[in-house]
Amino acid sequence: MSTEITTDVVVIGAGPCGLFAAFELGLLDLKCHFIDILDRPGGQCAELYPEKPIYDIPGFPVVTGQQLTDNLMAQIAPFAPEFHFNRMVNSIEKQEDGSFKLATDADEIFHTKVVVIAAGGGSFQPKRPPVPEIEQFENKSVFYAVRKMDDFRGQDVVIVGGGDSALDWTLNLQPIVRTLTLVHRRDAFKAAPASVNKMKELVAEGKVNFQLGQIAKLDGTDGQINHVHLTTEAGDLSIPATRLLPFFGLTMKLGPVADWGLELNDNTIVVDTEKFETSVPGIFAIGDINYYPGKLKLILSGFHEAALMAQAAKAIASPGERVVFQYTTSSTKLQKKLGVA
Amino acid sequence: MIIHVTDQAGENHELEGLEGWRVMEVIRDWGLNIKAECGGALSCATCHVYVDAAWMDAVGAPSDEEEDMLDSVGDVRSNSRLSCQILMSDALDGLKVTLAASAAKE
Repeated sequence: MSTEITTDVVVIGAGPCGLFAAFELGLLDLKCHFIDILDRPGGQCAELYPEKPIYDIPGFPVVTGQQLTDNLMAQIAPFAPEFHFNRMVNSIEKQEDGSFKLATDADEIFHTKVVVIAAGGGSFQPKRPPVPEIEQFENKSVFYAVRKMDDFRGQDVVIVGGGDSALDWTLNLQPIVRTLTLVHRRDAFKAAPASVNKMKELVAEGKVNFQLGQIAKLDGTDGQINHVHLTTEAGDLSIPATRLLPFFGLTMKLGPVADWGLELNDNTIVVDTEKFETSVPGIFAIGDINYYPGKLKLILSGFHEAALMAQAAKAIASPGERVVFQYTTSSTKLQKKLGVA
Repeated sequence: MIIHVTDQAGENHELEGLEGWRVMEVIRDWGLNIKAECGGALSCATCHVYVDAAWMDAVGAPSDEEEDMLDSVGDVRSNSRLSCQILMSDALDGLKVTLAASAAKE
């Protein structure tokens, strides 16, 4: 049974622009639900550069990606937006009454009056290593995440990478697999030192093989690998393997957005600059994912887009309602919504 | 100043850049196939290039942080660099690089 949720606005993407949209929409009494593929808010700010300083947010001489995210979360808290993490919107269907029906890969259905796409560079997906024909093995014997440990029990497993995911799964899977080989391009690891030390102990005990190198080719049939070929400094090497886990981090892909019937321009969504509405009325796009003449991919541009979009979204969500433009500095009504008056 | 860039399809391009620009920015602004998704924050590795052997000394070695980021691509070679970490200068006028498969857009 699908979970059904009815709301005013679904915002796809909980990055900085999406989060600020909940503020502008909240001032207009519109309720927001967020859907994001990551496990926390912040988008690129949280995933790519949480600790990197940003210098071009108005009013903040310097702020990190994480601080900006935390501040935005505090700013929108009065409007109690709801967050649905670790999922992706698969489809958007326009209904006869003009509303939308969204389906996620977590078996939820959202009924909403307005859709705001604030998905940045698209959804974060595992990075696929540049290995020929790897697609034919994916989700059969090549996995980018461990969903069920049992899929790896008794298998000959090759894990590739030097970060926390690679090291954590090396330690977690080792007790249940038949053989485990960790492949990394160099003898230095980004992962937590404690995990690296534990892995080295397992190598010394002969329980884990460590191999310097990079994957070059996979052998197998019908989606089932049987050998992983490596390029190493000492020449090419072939390892018998029945499971491969490459951990190369995440990259952004446009994903299902491309299939929603919206006018696109080179992986971005075309919008107007009055309402930031897409070619489908009622679906808006703000932030890095949209395109219009003169577009700059700046967070501050996304904030502006969110404010204008909210006015147009209000007209759709509350038809006929007269909206008076007000300032938070002077309007008691707005201050009450923010919980400060 | 000029850089020579070979794209993933093997085509050669002569690109003009200005002093102080990152090589990534020059390649991106000329519309070649470079994803450069973090915009130069040394937070991804999608501007990965191979530096021509003759230019290795002039370009210099990657920092530790850059080496860490290079762990997130599967086609690293001894001449791998992230092009957002190479600044255009007189000493690099004529630089030759090749775009890695892992720098390509979708």
